[in-house]
Amino acid sequence: MAQNGSGSVAQAVAAHQDEIFSEWLALQMESGALRSGRIKEAELRTQCRAFLEVLREGLAEGGTDADAPVFGRAKEMLTEVSRSRGMQGFTPTETAAFVFSLKRPMFNALNRAIEAAASEGGGAVRAASAATARYTWDVTLLLDQLGLHTMEVFLKTREEVIARQGREISELSTPVVKLWDGVLALPLIGTLDSERTQVVMENLLQTIVDQSAEIAIIDITGVPTVDTLTAQHLLKTVAAARLMGADCIVSGIRPQIAQTMVHLGVELDVTSKATLADAFRVALTRIGRAVVKAPRVEAPAAGRR
Amino acid sequence: MDRIPVLKLGDALLVTVQVDMHDRLAAALEEDLTGRIAATGAKGVLIDISSLEIVDSFIGRMLDTIAAVSRMLDADTVVVGMRPAVAITLVELGLELRGVRTALNVERGMALIGRRSDAGRGGDDGGGDRDGPAAEDIDDDGG
Repeated sequence: MAQNGSGSVAQAVAAHQDEIFSEWLALQMESGALRSGRIKEAELRTQCRAFLEVLREGLAEGGTDADAPVFGRAKEMLTEVSRSRGMQGFTPTETAAFVFSLKRPMFNALNRAIEAAASEGGGAVRAASAATARYTWDVTLLLDQLGLHTMEVFLKTREEVIARQGREISELSTPVVKLWDGVLALPLIGTLDSERTQVVMENLLQTIVDQSAEIAIIDITGVPTVDTLTAQHLLKTVAAARLMGADCIVSGIRPQIAQTMVHLGVELDVTSKATLADAFRVALTRIGRAVVKAPRVEAPAAGRR
Repeated sequence: MDRIPVLKLGDALLVTVQVDMHDRLAAALEEDLTGRIAATGAKGVLIDISSLEIVDSFIGRMLDTIAAVSRMLDADTVVVGMRPAVAITLVELGLELRGVRTALNVERGMALIGRRSDAGRGGDDGGGDRDGPAAEDIDDDGG
């Protein structure tokens, strides 16, 4: 049995593929791969079988170096598995376990192959036991590299998810609402950076066109800090709205923010009111509407609504 | 050479920009418009740029110049129908057109000019003070 390491590993895997598969699957189930309910047993089974197949092919064709092109397919498959798990919200441990739990079945298979070889002839025992360490090292290296690859893809996927969520939040947090015919409100929440201002500005201007609004109230109650840059962004938005023929009123400047702005020397050269209600009142007078007192009408009872 | 037509509509002049403005066209428009204001004694100039998709600093400055010249000839300039993208571009270019009045569409622009000439007839200065006494009324009601 004087073969090179990879050949023996390949043989061992090929000979014991079914055992490795069932052992691997059992190990994953034991460690709770299915517990979260994010993946079905059948799906896991298919993934495992397919991966074991490409791994065996890779081993048979050459080496135990995970960077070798023969492992390209194995890596592709891992990329896919890892990406889908990243999207489904698996933890890093759960994702990495897919590859790392393969170690024990592989070692067991190797052991079995070596024991079988040893039982064939008495003289081979020494050689086989010496080979064990080397094979173990090869397999460990290979699986570790594949495991690292899995984690890299996993992290990348998660980063993409985070970036997408960031974009969605910035879109969600800039709704333009209609308060009255021709009066829009833009309640801003969160810090105003250049990118968000762009989204806000485009949203507002488009809505002004769509609703042919005359007045837009920009409410900054939810903006935690206003620095010179934020003020500049605000003024730009106001200027653009004015160019389109709509007036802007800024409301919701909190006392501390007003103080800070004055200390910073920031001047908002627009109509500004303390609260959204005040701004709305001004808006109504500008479009020639008034709020009058009328007899109260009670809301209908819950059952009859 | 193409010219942009200047239409007289009562007390106002209406200019509708239907094509993309190049520099010479803009310069010609400025000249035509100034001549017409002087000739007709118009009180308002309405420039509809709703079909204008591309704007550069030259066009922006031209709008400002037209406004300044008309003001000198006692006419108000109202730019109407500016597209959002154009507005953003102008602001990014630093051209806020402070001397120009704006409206969302021609109808509102005409109303703006009409209000001004009505006020002029009534002896008022007709400035854009739109939240004058009425605002105070409502404040009183609310308080």
